[in-house]
Amino acid sequence: MRRRVLPGFGLSFGYAVAYLGLIVLLPLAALAWKASGIGFEGLVRLLSAPRTLAALRLSVGGAVVAALINVVIGLLVGWVLVRYRFPGRRLFDALVDLPFALPTAVAGIALTTLYASNGWLGRWLEPLGIKVAYTPLGVFVAMVFVGFPFVVRTLQPVLSALERDVEEAAESLGAQRWQTFFRVILPMLAPALLTGFALALARAVGEYGSVIFIAGNIPMRSEIAPLLIVQKLEQFDVAGAAALGVAMLLLSFGLLVLVSLLQRWSQRWAERAA
Amino acid sequence: MNARKHSRRVAWPRRMVHLILIVLALVFLTLFLLLPLATVFVEAFRQGIGPYLEAIKEPEALSAIQLTLLVAAIAVPMNVVFGVAAAWAMTRFEFRGKALLGAFIDLPFSVSPVVSGLVYVLLFGAQGWFGPWLDHHGIKIIFAVPGLVLATMFVTLPFVARELIPLMQSQGSEEEEAARVLGASGWQMFFRVTLPNIRWALLYGVLLCNARAMGEFGAVSVVSGHIRGLTTTMPLEVEMRYNEYEYVGAFAVASLLALLALVTLAVKTLLEWRYGDEIAAHAPGGH
Amino acid sequence: MLELSRLHRRFAGFQALDDVSLDIAPGEFLALLGPSGSGKTTLLRILAGLDYPDSGSVLRNGDDFLATPARERRIGMVFQHYALFRHLTVIENIAFGLRVRPWRSRPSRSEIRARVDRLLRRVQLDGLGTRYPTQLSGGQRQRVALARALAVEPDMLLLDEPFGALDAQVRVALRRWLRELHEELGLTSIFVTHDQEEALELADRVAVMNKGRIEQVGPPEVIYQQPATPFVCEFIGKVNRFSVRRHAGGFAAAGWMPEGDPWQGRFTEAVAYVRPEQLRLATPSSLPAWQAHLRHIYLAGGVAHLDLHVASLDLALEADVASEDLSRFGLQLGMELRVAPRSVVMFPLDGKGEPLSEERWIWHARSPVPA
Repeated sequence: MRRRVLPGFGLSFGYAVAYLGLIVLLPLAALAWKASGIGFEGLVRLLSAPRTLAALRLSVGGAVVAALINVVIGLLVGWVLVRYRFPGRRLFDALVDLPFALPTAVAGIALTTLYASNGWLGRWLEPLGIKVAYTPLGVFVAMVFVGFPFVVRTLQPVLSALERDVEEAAESLGAQRWQTFFRVILPMLAPALLTGFALALARAVGEYGSVIFIAGNIPMRSEIAPLLIVQKLEQFDVAGAAALGVAMLLLSFGLLVLVSLLQRWSQRWAERAA
Repeated sequence: MNARKHSRRVAWPRRMVHLILIVLALVFLTLFLLLPLATVFVEAFRQGIGPYLEAIKEPEALSAIQLTLLVAAIAVPMNVVFGVAAAWAMTRFEFRGKALLGAFIDLPFSVSPVVSGLVYVLLFGAQGWFGPWLDHHGIKIIFAVPGLVLATMFVTLPFVARELIPLMQSQGSEEEEAARVLGASGWQMFFRVTLPNIRWALLYGVLLCNARAMGEFGAVSVVSGHIRGLTTTMPLEVEMRYNEYEYVGAFAVASLLALLALVTLAVKTLLEWRYGDEIAAHAPGGH
Repeated sequence: MLELSRLHRRFAGFQALDDVSLDIAPGEFLALLGPSGSGKTTLLRILAGLDYPDSGSVLRNGDDFLATPARERRIGMVFQHYALFRHLTVIENIAFGLRVRPWRSRPSRSEIRARVDRLLRRVQLDGLGTRYPTQLSGGQRQRVALARALAVEPDMLLLDEPFGALDAQVRVALRRWLRELHEELGLTSIFVTHDQEEALELADRVAVMNKGRIEQVGPPEVIYQQPATPFVCEFIGKVNRFSVRRHAGGFAAAGWMPEGDPWQGRFTEAVAYVRPEQLRLATPSSLPAWQAHLRHIYLAGGVAHLDLHVASLDLALEADVASEDLSRFGLQLGMELRVAPRSVVMFPLDGKGEPLSEERWIWHARSPVPA
């Protein structure tokens, strides 16, 4: 073997791999093993049960919708924080990370209280016929909350690195402001937006703490997939919980792979446009 | 940038657009982020300061605080050592399977917290791989403190490594090579050159790792068993009190966690502002 | 005495060192000169103990140098970007190598302090000792790096592109200063550079490298005047290239023909090189020469660069003359001149059209008439 100049390869590599193996890989192997216990038929029966399907649909569908909402709002907030100067900008900029820092259980009970029929927001929304707490809408709200920082934080560095002169060139060529935005700026931001979307999506699919309080957890209606796993565990259906866990794991990997493909495609597209 | 100059030059319709966009963004941030935060404190003090202090001084609350500190005190240093070792191996050497190692380090971010707890139940629980053996020897991991620590370690594993890898990659190994040529031993090189160069990024990683470790709910809730006074960390105590309609008590404990979040954000902002270039660009942390 | 023999080093996809052998004498100032990717930095890093060859050996006074770890080689290294410890002051940087010694061989605090002070004065940085590297200019950083390397009293000084990151003026001043320092200390010094002027001016001996091989080793004047290979001809200094063919009466390129044939008829074609200052502009009609058209004159201070065109070869030639010669010869744009080389380096081409370095022919005009 080649002599290495800097010391510590064996120690650091060995430790990292051993630690990773014990903390991450061994438990995941146990998950796969236990899940295989219910067999293929059992898995199909489990996944095609109406209640499971409804829960998965809510977790995945809700996460996709929440991530899309976050792309729009994140673009607005990121743009305003990077491009405009106004009092309190730094404070609001720091505030963006709140959903990362605030424990999910705290966010969960705070959102529930806020949107309950006697809450600060709920009491205004309810007369308009908008019920948030204890409905699927509440699930979306919590998912938007936890995924919010991702789009803003991936967008900000790209936005501030964006050359002003490209926009000025577009305008000097006679483009309207909105044309410049949609034809010049947005395509350049597309890869970052997609990354932010993917991260927000991955986060929301598996979200548990902030959702369960506001969801009300009504079977077939506002029950998310992670909660189903917890319930199966409480009923000592370990194999069922494991199978559902594997399904969720594969689902989030599948989404991540899909999005990374999209990202590569959009990057190529952006490069060709540049 | 010269945004201010720019906005002075532009015509009034465009300035109106700027104003509308700013107002929209701020209204959203206020309603969506500031309001929930305010709710926590308002609800906690709804019945005044007396009941608030009362709620925090209850033995269950105190033991939850203790347990949370204990779990973080074990999980965070473990992940610091792992993060430094992994970053050293990943950025200073070439080896086969490097990309795979990187992917595995990021893995816990894309796993649902509930699944993160579940895997330990499947490993050490009554029906798990090592369950019968552990039971036979009288060792409890699930529904006990070791399980809480393990689940927390799993969830917070990537934080430190993820801060350090891009920074150490961009710093390169020239300074360490210089130290070697000047006669430094491996540990001298590490403590005198490597560590001082990554200290702020390390602190940043520890900060995020700690915030997550203390606030983790999903993974911990699966392995805890919710035994009052024994296996309930602060977020679990919040949940239990809330579910028992003990709102002031729940928000009182929640306010402590929210305070931790605010301190984390403040220190984080300070670090970014003061040592931004020594922390390096980083992708936002997950879950 | 340092003996490098048959060193090979391969990185993924390219050969950094390809059978390199070289002897380095104590106290000599050696330059490793070559374009980027020529393997010169790899060679330096192997000497520093920061890389290892796939095969080959390095002996120091007969002992296996490669088996000695970097920290025990008694080497001072100046890195390309200096690699100063950014969290330490200038003084702490310089003292680093002394402070990390095991306590038995570590000098006392006061001794370290005194040695650092001496070095600060030597590199003309007294008064800047408490600054951090980011508060210094490029030239100052380079001198800190040098002082840090010298503090451990090395047997050998290795410098990787020592002037690469500096601007032109500082560069020339530091070069002279480094040369003086070398003479004062008497250390074996080896430096890597891609700048031929730097190598020729500073070094006792220059090793020209290309694609992992050493093309030529020798004193600067030999490298310049007697280049061993076509690569050295083209890499060092400016040069005009043309081809010569063998005819009935010997080799020739249009009107110009060198006397004799050292190859005795074995080759029919050769590639030839002549330096701009080796062109005679007013060749007497008794001697063979080219008819050249003067296209441009670029006046650069004491020297004038002339752009010539030889129609019979369809060849652009560059010639250098002293500026005062312009008026002496009455040179004017559009003039026709009789141009002939005074000295030419030729390499014959083998059957595949590859030049053969080992068959080099250096031709000089027989009667050196003043230009």
